[in-house]
Amino acid sequence: MIWQLDLLILALVVVCALAAITLKDLLSATVVFGAYSFLMCLLWAEMGAVDVAFTEATVGAGISTVLFIAAILRTSRRSKD
Amino acid sequence: MKRIQELAKTRQLGESPIIQVSVRLLVPFIQLFGLYIIVHGHYSPGGGFQGGVVLGASFVLLALAFDLKTSLRHMSERANAILGNLGALIFTGTAVICALLGGLFLDYSALDRIIPLGPIEWRSMGIFIVEVGVGLAVMSIMASLYWDLGSGGELDEGL
Repeated sequence: MIWQLDLLILALVVVCALAAITLKDLLSATVVFGAYSFLMCLLWAEMGAVDVAFTEATVGAGISTVLFIAAILRTSRRSKD
Repeated sequence: MKRIQELAKTRQLGESPIIQVSVRLLVPFIQLFGLYIIVHGHYSPGGGFQGGVVLGASFVLLALAFDLKTSLRHMSERANAILGNLGALIFTGTAVICALLGGLFLDYSALDRIIPLGPIEWRSMGIFIVEVGVGLAVMSIMASLYWDLGSGGELDEGL
């Protein structure tokens, strides 16, 4: 564990989280959310929880991003908000 | 985003020879890696859930790079449902057999009465059997989630 690296990744995680909730476009928010998942995976791996990092990489950054994009492409916008 | 939705309506997304050739080369290795994660799960990081997700992701990748029909040719919907139910049956079946043999639910050392290997060896083997079941069930669910969501439930075209 290197606390400088932890702090750097944590700062990037917070930046990604703030960006994901402020973005109006759903597709951009999904991409930022994938980056957030990947940074969380790096954080878990760096803290020694390799099993959790594995789950985060496969489920969080892999499958759930694809499922979000599939769901977004099936939606249609009624109003221009 | 609107432009991407229109693109998705008019033609298939991700239709590029580079992507298709690399996906065709990569998919067997992804599936092999998924199997490795499942069978190596009780010695190293990994296990049934992660391996199942990697196996399911290989079919999702096929559906993304080609179309849904190619993905369904590699793993038909019927085989997918059978494998998923078989996985759940392996998981609960092992647990119920353990309970019927006099142990607790999921107490693998009770399986020692069928094949005498010793309770410690059976605890290790029991985790492996259960992980195979979990991997099959998770693979089936992940693939069918994407198939149903990506095609709007009709299973004829992808995104």
